[in-house]
Formats: sequence, C-alpha cells, structure tokens
Amino acid sequence: MATDTQIEVVMPQMGVSVSEGTITKWLKQEGEAISSDESLLEISTDKVDTEVPSPGEGVVAKILVQEGETVDVGTVLAVIAPEGAEISTPADLPPEPATQQASDASEAAATEGATPEEVSAPAPPAPEAAPPTAPAAGAENGRTFVSPVVARIAAEHGVDPSQVQGTGQGGRVTKKDILAFVESGASTKATPAPPAPVAAPPPPPAPEATPTPAPPAAPAPTPAPAPIAQAQPARPAEEPSVGETVEPMNAMRRGIAEHMRRSLDTSAHVTSAIEVDMSKVVAIRGKLKKEYGDAYGVNPTYLSFVARAAVETLREYPWINGEIRGDKIVTRNFVNLGFAVELADGKGLIVPVVKNTEGLNLLGMARAVSEIAQRARDKKLTPDDVQGGTFTITNPGGYGTFHGTPVISQPQAGILGTYAVVKRPWVVQDELGQDVIAIRPIMNLTLTYDHRLVDGALAGRFLRDLRERLESWGESEY
Amino acid sequence: MAQMTYLQAISDGLRVEMRRDERVFVIGEDVGVYGGAFKVTLGFQEEFGPWRVLDSPLAETAILGACTGAAIMGMRPVAEMQFADFISCGWDHLVTVAAKQRFRAGTPVPIVVRLPSGGGFSGGPFHSQNPESSFAHIPGLKCVCPATPEDAKGLLISSIEDPNPVLFFEHKHLYRRIKGEVSEERYTVPLGKARIHREGDEISVITWGAMVYTADEAAKELEKQDVAVEIVDLRTVMPWDREAVLASVRKCSKVLVLHEDTRTGGFGAEIAATIAEEAFEDLDAPVKRIAAPDCPVPFAPVLEKAYIPQVEDVVAGLKALAEY
Repeated sequence: MATDTQIEVVMPQMGVSVSEGTITKWLKQEGEAISSDESLLEISTDKVDTEVPSPGEGVVAKILVQEGETVDVGTVLAVIAPEGAEISTPADLPPEPATQQASDASEAAATEGATPEEVSAPAPPAPEAAPPTAPAAGAENGRTFVSPVVARIAAEHGVDPSQVQGTGQGGRVTKKDILAFVESGASTKATPAPPAPVAAPPPPPAPEATPTPAPPAAPAPTPAPAPIAQAQPARPAEEPSVGETVEPMNAMRRGIAEHMRRSLDTSAHVTSAIEVDMSKVVAIRGKLKKEYGDAYGVNPTYLSFVARAAVETLREYPWINGEIRGDKIVTRNFVNLGFAVELADGKGLIVPVVKNTEGLNLLGMARAVSEIAQRARDKKLTPDDVQGGTFTITNPGGYGTFHGTPVISQPQAGILGTYAVVKRPWVVQDELGQDVIAIRPIMNLTLTYDHRLVDGALAGRFLRDLRERLESWGESEY
Repeated sequence: MAQMTYLQAISDGLRVEMRRDERVFVIGEDVGVYGGAFKVTLGFQEEFGPWRVLDSPLAETAILGACTGAAIMGMRPVAEMQFADFISCGWDHLVTVAAKQRFRAGTPVPIVVRLPSGGGFSGGPFHSQNPESSFAHIPGLKCVCPATPEDAKGLLISSIEDPNPVLFFEHKHLYRRIKGEVSEERYTVPLGKARIHREGDEISVITWGAMVYTADEAAKELEKQDVAVEIVDLRTVMPWDREAVLASVRKCSKVLVLHEDTRTGGFGAEIAATIAEEAFEDLDAPVKRIAAPDCPVPFAPVLEKAYIPQVEDVVAGLKALAEY
C-alpha cells in the first residue's frame, strides 16, 4: 500500500557496537518509484555491508546523504513520499504530472485490491492543490536544489535563494525566478536592511554580494571529546614523508580498530594453551571426508570438529559462554558461535555468528561454518548474521601458526584459538605400558578469557575437557 | 536566387567547382552513366567527360586509395559512397593514410568524401547510419553535416577548397524533402561556424543534420506554451563551433543535445562534456541528451520510428527541461 505521508529512511542500527555507517550506493534516485521492502541503498558499516530496504511504497522524494558519506546511526538518509505528492515530479513525465500520477496511483491501488475509500484517498490533493506553488517550498532549507546558475546570480546580487518563490520542479528556484526577483527589487526588501528601501540611496552592496574567497584552510578544529566509539585520533593529518603512502580507513577498519582497543580496555585478557593429539579426529575425518563430500557436498574441517567439541564442553562451563552485564553475570542455555573470517581482499575481518550451535551435529556444524564463511567472504551477510554471539573461535592455524593471543569479541568472556595440526614426536605408551615415541598430529588450542569472570583454573579445566573430547572422539559421536 | 532541393544544391555546388577548377573530379560507384545512387551527378559525365566523372569498381578501398593518391599528386577528388555505411570498407586508407599524411609527411590531402547518411525511410542497418561521431574522433579529418540547401552548397564548396580530407554527410531524408532559396553563384559557408536556426532564450537545442527539423517542429510545440527554444545548427561537427554553443548555453541555461546517431560515444557526449566544463556556472538544469539507442537501425517502420528521435520525444525532453 502506498504511503499516505512522507516517511524518513534512517541509518539503521546494524549491531550493538555500530555507531555509524557509510552510504556505498543509492539504488534508487530522486524521483524514482519504490515499493515497500525494495532495496533503496547499500551501506557499509564496520560489521556488514548490506542493502537497506524501503520502509514504504512511494517515490524517493529526497536523498539527503550522498554516496561515500559516513553518518551516525539514526541520521535521516532519504525521504519517501506518497506517489503524486508535489515534492518530486520525475523529470521525464509529461505535463500535468499531478493528475497523471494520481490516476496512476489510483490504478495501482485498485489492482492491489484496495477498498474504494482507499482508492479515492490519494485523489483529492492531486488536481489543483499539487502544483509547485507551495509557498513553503522556497523557504524550506535543504529541500530545494540550487542550480549553478542560480547560485551564481544569487552571489552576484547578494540574494538568498531561499527567499525566492520557486516555480521549478518541487518548488526549485529557476534562473527565471531569481532574475525576476532581482529585477523586481525584492532582494533589497528581503534582506534585513533599512526598512525604507525606496527612500534610501541605491542599495548598498550587500555583504554577500562579493563572493569572498574561502579563508585559507585552517587546521581542522579538533572535534569535541567524543564518546568512546570515536576511534580516529583527532590529530591533524600529517603530510606523508617520502616513500610513505596514506590511505583513508574504511568503516570496517575503523570499527575493528575501535573494537580491539575497547576490548583490551574492558576485559582482563589472559591466555592459556593446551596441546591436543588429533589422531582420532584425523582418522575419522579421513573416513567422513568422502562420505560428507559425496552425500552433502560438505567438507568436515578440523574447525568443525573443534567447534562441535567446544560447544559440547561449553555446556559444562556456562561462565565461559557468559557475559558480565553491569554488575551481573549472564549465562545461557544456548551457544551462538562466532567465527572470525578474513575478507577476500585481505583487508578486513568479520565475525559472523552461527546461532544455536548446541543443536548442531558434526555435519550441521560443518555445513553452517562453511556456509556462513562463504557469505562473509562474498559480503552477503545480513545484520543478524553478525549479532548475538556468545563465544568465538578464531582459526589462524591455516597459515601454520602454533600459538596466539586473540582479543575477545565484546561483550563475550572468551575466545578459542585453533592452530596448525603438526606432526610431532610424541611420547605415548605401547600395549605393554612402556613409553615410546610416536609420530602424532598435534594441534595447539588457546583459550583467551576475561579474568574478571573466568579464573585460570576454570579455563584450565575447560581446555582439559575439550582436549579429552577431541582425543577420545568415537566414530559414532557426531 | 533559385529554389533548389537539398540534393540539387549539392549537385549545383559540385558543378560550380568542377567548372571553376579543373583539378576537381568525381569518382564513385555508378556516378557516371547512371548519375549516382541518388542522381547527384546526373548529367555530369556528359558535361565533364568520363575522365572527370569516373565509374569505379565496387570497392570503397579502391575509391579512397585512388583519391588519396590523386590528392597527393595535386588533384581535388570528390568521392561518392553510395551509402555512408560503406565507408567502413575504406577506413584504413582514410584513417591511417589520408588523415595522417599531412602530419607525417607534410603533404596535404584535399579530398572530399560525399556520404549519403541517415535514416527515416526503412533502409535498415546497412543503409541508414550516421557515422559522423566515429570520424570526428579521428584527428586529421573534418566532418560536415549540412541541414539546409543553402548550407549544403556553400559547405560543399568550402570542403572542396579545404586542404584536408573532409567527410561530407548528406542526409538522405533531406535530399528531396527540403527546398530553399539558393544562390546560383559560387559562394562558401565556412567550416566550423554554427548557425542559429531559431532564436529563443529559455532552452537551447544543439543539433545538426535532419534533427534540425525535428527540433524545429518540437520548438513550435513549446512556443504554444510560451517556452522560447533556441536551435543551434552546428553545420560542421568537426571542427565544431564551441563559442556559438557556449554563447547559447549562457543565454538559455538549459540545454538539450540532440542527434540521430546512437547515444554512447556519440558526438553529443563531447558537446555535453564541454558545456559541463566551460559553462557549469551558467546551467540551470542538467544537460539533457536525446539520441538513438545503442542499437543498429531497424528495418521495420514502427521500430525505426521508435529508434530515431521523433518530434514527440524532443517535445517531451524540452518540456521536462522547461519544468525543471
């Protein structure tokens, strides 16, 4: 159903910690019709790149934030107006746009099976009320576009274009309008100048009359002390030295920078590590790989085994799956597992979340991890995909690293690091109980935890149990 | 003064130059006995003899190669392509040799290639094109696109006089449809000077060739609504009269660039870009383009009508600008 009134489209909240977003692309331009839930624009935040759907049906009356600009959550980005409203007449329509559009709107409404009352509703304001003679049009700042020639004439004559009655599209002040205004001498009346312009000598050159060159660029004023979310150091930009290049931080990089710093400032980070003999997992994975691949097209990765075992273990350690909220401790009967994923261009990191992993078996986990990682790399994540995590796994082992101290994703209490599976000489007992050296696939696991909530002993027991699960993985335990 | 069709004016200009200058000769497919595909050179062989009105083989490459060689040797050849579309066969001689000879070797190549071009009569994709933009892009070539009989004669004489290779685009749809007063004397119309076809001060239409008439009819429609449209007929696309265009833009502040050639990379894009660069502060609306879609010219009359900009299309574009 078409909107009856104008609706504002605002920068959506894309995650608890997201405070701003960047417009990457407008998918509709001013004057274009849009239906409810049709994609209106693309935005980029530190968490996701996503499309923003229209909150209603109508015409894109005004785009207020241009591509490339970064604005705070809640900022009005565009205005959607009911079709046929005088605010936006698409440039290519034939004359008498108001009636034309009104009948179109009626038809559209009719085909949607609206009641007769609803059909007639958009009609009344259309016929004569709509023409862009609305006196408010000129005065309303930001609603009217000032064309280059109008801007120049305004500067030359010291006229404020918003004082001129516009007759152009959407009440725009045309060249004709401003010339007529200047000729009529109204400009002198409009400026808050001597009350008797007729008696006065020729109007003194208004201060705005001479286009004053912009003052030499002073160093940008330091922004007021910002909330913690403000990540950029408010230092004036320094010129790069020879050999250096400078590039702007994108929204994601700023988000990561801010989040990492804030996490270290919030949690008391401690890391414990453990070595796990992956022999059984390697053997089972070898068997399952073909079966899963053939039957489901899914690769049972080491990560999915570790994730499966970690979820199982977390059930016994609710605080590690918990959160400090104010002065309370929050625990859950579910595990929403975040996975740190590097973007395809190598220039960013995102943590998509698989929800309710406590309900997933090994196959389900492998499938979910591969699916969400793919969407993350393809930038197809929705805002929901990056919210609500309760615990995170990061897997830098693919590059051969054997240890690390990751940073906790706030407001969680822990993050599990998984590292390369490496064949190492390992002391085991033979069937006679004698120590022998064997070659075993060993994986290091680290748990980085918030010591405010999780003590070292608790973390140690968690890692011990997790190791036990992986080392004794039975063929029937999926 | 005499009443002449656009076609007669071209014939007359050619005849005047051939009588005046013995170096001028005509070469093309069936230009002799038959008088040319459109009868522009009808009777020429009787008057000037078979050595000055040469029937060539069906080989545009040969025609343009012969013209280039003859021009280098001091002649003033005027070649006829049966249809402008066929000039692509002679691209190499024209673009690689003729256009660059002066630059490479200092030798002028004074040839004129007459190109019956344009659509509007269901000629289909091989007989209806307006390839002026492709050649305007080649340094060393001039592109002339007359709209009136008077200009056709005067511009043809200037083209023959010019020391450079000149492509002379004659619009087929104007050949017998457009008549006007043309002096029987020899006169020239300078290359690179636009003509104000119609004066106005609200919207400026920049166009050339047959579109001048489409624009004119549209302007009459707008006049009924008290919108004064100015029409600038470029007359030559290369060189083009930037000063005249910018003066009209500065006066009107709203501009429509109109051409029959396809849109992308069409010469209108160059004009629109120049306006944006040179007259930005004089604009009161975005520069608008109307051109054919990026598609070959269709045969079917309905499709061709949808393809070539029509009076209604131009009226709609002008109204949108007026209302902006």
